[in-house]
Amino acid sequence: MIRINCRREFTHSLGDMSQSNVARSAPDTAGAAPPTTAAAPLLRTSKLTKIYRMGDVEVLALDAVDFSAGAGEFDVILGPSGSGKSTFLNLVGGLDTPTSGEAWFLDHRLTAASESALTRYRREHVGFVFQFYNLVPSLTARENVRLVTEIAHRPMRAEEALELVGLKERMDHFPAQLSGGEQQRVAIARAIAKRPDLLLCDEPTGALDSATGVVVLEALTKVNAELGTTTLVITHNVAIRGIAHRVINFANGRIASIEANAHRLPASAISW
Amino acid sequence: MRALHIKLLRELRRLWAQVLAIALVMAAGVATLIIGVGTYQSLERTRALYYEANHFADLFAGLTRAPRPLLDEIGAIDGVLAVDGRIAKLALADIEGLTEPASTLLVSLPDGGREPLNQLYLRSGRLPEVGHATEAVVSEIFAKARGFVPGSHLRVVMNGSLRDITITGIALSPEYIYAMAPGETMPNEGRFGVLWMPEKALAAAYDLQGAFNAVAVKLLPGASLPAVTAAVDRVLAPYGGQGAYGRAQQTSNAFLDSELTQLRGMSSVLPPVFLLVAAFLVNMTLTRLIALEREQIGLLKALGYSSWAVAWHYVEFVMLIAIVGTALGYGLGIWAGNGLTVLYARFYSFPVLVFSRDPILYVVAGGITMAAAVIGAVRAVSKAAWLPPAVAMLPPAPPQYRQVLGARTVVRLALPQTWNMVTRHLLHWPWRTIGGVLGMAFAVAILVGSIWSIGSMNFTIDYIFNRTERQDATINFLGAKPVRALYEIGRLPGVLAAEPQRTIGVEIRSGHVKRRVAVSGHAAGSRLTRLLDASLVPVVLPPTGIVLGKTLADLLGVRPGDTVEVTPLEGDRTTRQVTVTGLVESYLGLSAYMELGALNALFDHAPLISGANVAIDTSREAELFAALKATPALGLISLRAVSLERFRETMAENLFVMIGVLVAMAGVIAFGVVYNFARISLSEQGREMASLRVLGFYRHEVSMLLLAEIAVVTLLAQPIGWFLGYQLARGMVRSFSSELFTMPLVVSPDVYVYSSAVVVAAALLSALIVRRRIDRLDMIAVLKTRE
Repeated sequence: MIRINCRREFTHSLGDMSQSNVARSAPDTAGAAPPTTAAAPLLRTSKLTKIYRMGDVEVLALDAVDFSAGAGEFDVILGPSGSGKSTFLNLVGGLDTPTSGEAWFLDHRLTAASESALTRYRREHVGFVFQFYNLVPSLTARENVRLVTEIAHRPMRAEEALELVGLKERMDHFPAQLSGGEQQRVAIARAIAKRPDLLLCDEPTGALDSATGVVVLEALTKVNAELGTTTLVITHNVAIRGIAHRVINFANGRIASIEANAHRLPASAISW
Repeated sequence: MRALHIKLLRELRRLWAQVLAIALVMAAGVATLIIGVGTYQSLERTRALYYEANHFADLFAGLTRAPRPLLDEIGAIDGVLAVDGRIAKLALADIEGLTEPASTLLVSLPDGGREPLNQLYLRSGRLPEVGHATEAVVSEIFAKARGFVPGSHLRVVMNGSLRDITITGIALSPEYIYAMAPGETMPNEGRFGVLWMPEKALAAAYDLQGAFNAVAVKLLPGASLPAVTAAVDRVLAPYGGQGAYGRAQQTSNAFLDSELTQLRGMSSVLPPVFLLVAAFLVNMTLTRLIALEREQIGLLKALGYSSWAVAWHYVEFVMLIAIVGTALGYGLGIWAGNGLTVLYARFYSFPVLVFSRDPILYVVAGGITMAAAVIGAVRAVSKAAWLPPAVAMLPPAPPQYRQVLGARTVVRLALPQTWNMVTRHLLHWPWRTIGGVLGMAFAVAILVGSIWSIGSMNFTIDYIFNRTERQDATINFLGAKPVRALYEIGRLPGVLAAEPQRTIGVEIRSGHVKRRVAVSGHAAGSRLTRLLDASLVPVVLPPTGIVLGKTLADLLGVRPGDTVEVTPLEGDRTTRQVTVTGLVESYLGLSAYMELGALNALFDHAPLISGANVAIDTSREAELFAALKATPALGLISLRAVSLERFRETMAENLFVMIGVLVAMAGVIAFGVVYNFARISLSEQGREMASLRVLGFYRHEVSMLLLAEIAVVTLLAQPIGWFLGYQLARGMVRSFSSELFTMPLVVSPDVYVYSSAVVVAAALLSALIVRRRIDRLDMIAVLKTRE
């Protein structure tokens, strides 16, 4: 059996930066601090590891990652392709199960949860936004959001969610009638309409041009500010780092570094 | 092997379940075609060869008695090739192991040389020796049922005296392929048989030396049947001629004709339905496959493959499916065809009956299936193969959905969004949805169209045995007797009631249409034998005029008040005008009734009866049979209970085999349609379903999307299927109905329930198989890629 250890190849070039200590320290810059800093973190992982088996090949996608995020944080996760950031997001979002290690949402151990418990976790606590929107093409913007509000516990109204992302005027359009940026904002509205505790975004601007991407980022920061939703945004677009409380750098399946922004930039100040 | 062919085979392997589902529907089409046409060919060709080889006559006539030299006169008629004069007599037989008397038809064999017409096929043993008055050859089906072998004995009452007959051989005759005692409605395997005996023996027993009482005529090719019939009638008239008739009215031949009509009906309805559904399934599956392979098509064309080469690649794909379906269909068809042939051989006596091996049939069945598959593929292929490569390599434009009721309709249905998804997805592919609904509806229709016949059979049995002919037995005299004979019957042990009956063979005519039928005379207040009208209300025979069965009235084109011409086949043969005074429902044969007194008055007979319908105390049955055997002059007895049992057995065997096959095939259609429908729906919506799972929908909630779609299609199909099935039943009644047998069109509600239950079960099964795939949806993989 061949085992590919991505980490070993890059360890020296990246130096010996211990991520776990940094991860646990909340950003202390006053202006950039998250609105609330809970004593117990909202999300926490310990030695979270994922190995993919493809035939005879094992790929270590995530290598014992320790991480925690408090309520209301807006974190940007940066890293090259294959650095493990999507795997990490899928594990904390309850879309996948780790090979070893633990992930906690408040006092719920996600790594011990059953398939149906993970579904409930996603249903009640997590909102997802993906690069390719993944809207249901046969439902209008409003109906796509309703899809979620119909099954959530204490959702906002679909119209309210769409207004929050600036799409009130276009809510009876089908996805095929909307631009890419608009579709992504519908996806955001759909993700936040349930008032999730955790908003996980995987390359939300990956398929968008700069101007449209900024509009989407504005929607995300607005939701974070107004609803206090803990938000993790994956990107390999370095330009986005400025809008986060913290920037988590992934490399080779590990967290290479965590930087706290002393001053957050508004999304409108960004371009690429 | 070329690269494209390798791709083809891998594609087939990957889609094996869908391919198999389509191939099974095709196989059902091929099989029904082979079974229907093959059995038809087998029966038809075997019969033609048999008739040819054994010189089956074209014209038949019965008479009282005529001297042999008269045969030369008949032979001299223009158009006559050969003529055979015979003695034919009905006789009672006493068979060991059978309590009631059996009836036999005694037919003479010429004393020297072979019989010129209707030659026997000797299965075993030998023909009776000339001069051996007590030897006979017996018909095969009767021999089998009674376990006769050459050397067995039976006792026959010949002209009043009991003779011990030795069986020397077992034979078949083209004249009695389907052998039925006169007056019976069904062949009665063990209770009726034909005995061929030396002419001298029969002539001596019946005082017919140098004479004959039955004639068979072979026509020259191109001779006119009506002209010869008329000429024969003229010659025989002074000798008590009962009217000559052609093959069309010869019982055995007519029954085979009616069987052939049914087979032709079956093979013209079922195979097209299966092939239509198969073509639809091919279209549906290929359209999706091509949509998924759109970029590959672009790539192939960019590499230099022509549009035709790309199109041919997909045509080859469906042709391979058709080949699999055809091969399965051949196997199934030959297997079922052979089985059916064995079943037929039990009722129809042929020297050899083998299932059709005509290569043309198999080539045509395969060719039609191939054509249906390719036709199904044409649209899907032609849309994609001619796209410019640059366009093909781009993903297709996203589907444009519409609001079902419009965005701003006043009424907004508060349905869950998942229902919106279901309805919009169904409406987005209207032709596929319609195709799916129709496919399922066909499955329901095939079931309704086959299951109903069980109810119809039960209705017929109830009608005949419980409502109209309620006697326990009928005793037919061997000739008319004075009315006082009824008292004789009434005094027999175990007879509780006896009602008189007189049957006269007549030719009934209106305009150009004429038929030979038996007019039955009953007493006006008969309680055992009743007549019913269309709404099952008893009809009291009016004191004058004739009451016709509906089939006969339709045939003659007459209604109450019209006049028909009636010519008795015996006696004075003078034509009488009779007014039709009523119509009754009739399912078996052509029937005509008159009040007994009116019948006797019409034909100037003294008060005569030809038999009696009796109610029997079953505990004294044995005594009655013993008494009947002891006084053979009294006549033949036919038991209703035995008839009923035989009727049920005959019908049940034929029907249940056929229905079993059809239920299986309808299940195949339902399964095939739903499975392919569901797989394609899943393929199109897999991404959305994975999205819903990410959003926190449980597996069962996501599965509901697919199950609801299938449920909608299945539900919509039911009423359409019921309607089509009813039409199918109507078509069957029309095509199966012959002058010998009419099916009552009775489709009870439970037929619809059973049919729907079978289809829903098949749909559910295939839906559950597809559902397992939803459980295995890979959420992450789906979300990471653009469709």
